[in-house]
Amino acid sequence: MTTLSSKTAAPRSVSGWRSTQSKRILLTLLGWSVALVIFFPIFWMILTGFKTETAAIADPSLIFSPTLESYQDVHARSGYARFALNSVAVAFGSTFFALLIAIPSAYAMAFLPTKRTKGTLLWMLSTKMLPSVGVLVPIYLIFRDVGLLDTRTGLIIIYTLMNLPIVVWMLYTFFKDMPKDILEAGRMDGASTFQEVFFLLLPLTLPGIASTGLLSVILSWNEAFWSLNLTTSSAAPLTAYIASFSSPEGLFWAKLSAASTMAIAPILILGWMTQKQMVRGLTFGAVK
Amino acid sequence: MRLARHLPVTTLAAAIAMSGHAQAQTEITVATVNNNDMVIMQSLTEAFEEAHPDITLDWVVLEENVLRQRMTTDIATDGGQFDVMTIGTYEVPIWAERGWLSPLNNLPDDYNEDDLLTSVRDGLSLDGTLHALPFYAESSMMYYRQDLFEKAGIEMSDQPTWEEVREWAGELHGSEEGVAGICLRGKPGWGENMAFVSTLVNTYGGRWFDEEWNPELNSEAWVNAIQFYVDLLNDYGPPGASSNGFNENLALFSRGNCAMWVDATSAAGKLYDGNESDVADSLGFAPAPVAETPKGSHWLWSWALAIPASSENQEAALEFITWATSQEYIELVGETEGWTSVPPGTRESTYANEQYTEAAPFADFVLKAIQDADPTDSTLEPNPYVGVQFVGIPEFQSIGTQVGQTIAAALTGDTTVEQALDSAQRATERTMQRAGYLD
Repeated sequence: MTTLSSKTAAPRSVSGWRSTQSKRILLTLLGWSVALVIFFPIFWMILTGFKTETAAIADPSLIFSPTLESYQDVHARSGYARFALNSVAVAFGSTFFALLIAIPSAYAMAFLPTKRTKGTLLWMLSTKMLPSVGVLVPIYLIFRDVGLLDTRTGLIIIYTLMNLPIVVWMLYTFFKDMPKDILEAGRMDGASTFQEVFFLLLPLTLPGIASTGLLSVILSWNEAFWSLNLTTSSAAPLTAYIASFSSPEGLFWAKLSAASTMAIAPILILGWMTQKQMVRGLTFGAVK
Repeated sequence: MRLARHLPVTTLAAAIAMSGHAQAQTEITVATVNNNDMVIMQSLTEAFEEAHPDITLDWVVLEENVLRQRMTTDIATDGGQFDVMTIGTYEVPIWAERGWLSPLNNLPDDYNEDDLLTSVRDGLSLDGTLHALPFYAESSMMYYRQDLFEKAGIEMSDQPTWEEVREWAGELHGSEEGVAGICLRGKPGWGENMAFVSTLVNTYGGRWFDEEWNPELNSEAWVNAIQFYVDLLNDYGPPGASSNGFNENLALFSRGNCAMWVDATSAAGKLYDGNESDVADSLGFAPAPVAETPKGSHWLWSWALAIPASSENQEAALEFITWATSQEYIELVGETEGWTSVPPGTRESTYANEQYTEAAPFADFVLKAIQDADPTDSTLEPNPYVGVQFVGIPEFQSIGTQVGQTIAAALTGDTTVEQALDSAQRATERTMQRAGYLD
């Protein structure tokens, strides 16, 4: 019996192994294909930055003589550092304030829910469904009256408000997945709410908080509508810098690509450096 | 000891001097687009600041449509973020009528206002008062490859007609590998395909509106003009013509891929520059082709510098715009950047300058095209609007873009010309009714 069963089991395990392997190969291929499709526009943009203006608008080709002409033009024409500094200040400033407001909010909603918590969360998210242009004029008038036009403070306020719903939602999900027993144990040992949050909740959900912060930085860095409409020069971030290279009369694709590559480089590098933490954070508590 | 005694006095004197300097220094914010002429203007910032030590310039450069939206928001809400705005012939009368622009009736004597070309000056005026100063102006004309024409034994007429153009395009299409018979704008947009299409409709005897503001987009003249345009581009145009705008056609023509191209006169300098163009040696110029009437066969546009009424630095802004649009500035550009780079189409004196006319053999064509274009009389039958390639009403931006999309759909074969124009007519009627022009 034993011999028989081992004889019948062996071919099954080989075929099972084969099917698992082919599934794995298929999934890997699929993963790479999706990644390539997503990365292709960035790859093409980087490539175009090294072409001449005429080559950039000619039939698409991977074979060309690379030149740094566009980077030289871009460098000669505008103060990249000023725009980049504004982007850094606004992206990190708004993320800091968004986390500062969102952590207590998410804590309250996750651990002290009321019958209106779900509704409040949905309402917060619904503000993201409104097209930004719909509130442009009122916001512009308020900013004009309080002197916030073309200031970093103004952009930080707008970005904080813009990202707050997503930040609260993400933190709420992370906090909710945390076992309540740990916090209760802390409370039994006499921890105050402040100590509970700072010494138990935050260290345990740090990967989630970090990935939320990174997402908020990326969203703020890439935002163009408000930055173009509420700034002129003093607080203009890199999105405004990119927009300055488009031209209605004259070739501009190579210069625009070079400027865009320079604008996304810092956030791309940050994303690559922190991708492990991002993935860890985004899947935090996903499998129970 | 002596130094210590004098230090407070010296410090006080320095502080007073510095505060005096800070008070006198005015920073003006100039909003502009990224066209080559504007890039040159930015590069000459130092020259302006040296001549006007009490003024510094701060540039805001944006894509044309973004800039338009940004400036409209600011000016409509009295935001005061800009001291100088770069706007076109379309916006100036509309914005001036709403009181958004400062009237320029206090120009300095040495500005030589009478030197400005009359048609350009009229386009930037409201009730005879200038509300913006022209930085550069353009009309439209035809570019062609003389080498291909000579090889095919074709002689260019003094005033080509569209029927001749169709014939020549047929002969030259594919005469060399990758050469299209003709390149024209196909990319939808009121400032893209509709700028060209409007001039074609004008010369075919059509108009956007009758004298009572009733749209005439499915009239016989429109159908004839658009059918001609669609057939011409589909038979003898480059591949993917419906996505080609000014920039794409400029690239195609300068690489030698078009036998003919009808577009802005501002391309002449670039095409004539051997560093930017492969066809500089064989470049030919001709007036824009005509059909039923010469009226409105070529457009008139100028980029101009205006001062928003909300600016707090009116005097400094006026100093800057009079400098940037002066003959002195044109000469400065000619001497530093080369004479083909000077902003064209604004002053009589530019065309009287031998250095310019020698360097730019296309100068006469440009001057004549600009002088001939009459925005107040651009169609065969009378119309109620001002503008050759646009209609000077606020609603035109959306109407023009919508009609441009339906014509692009006809060009790609998604609809027939009749269907496209019927749909454009209905949409325009709705817009005009909502805007109160029609009952």
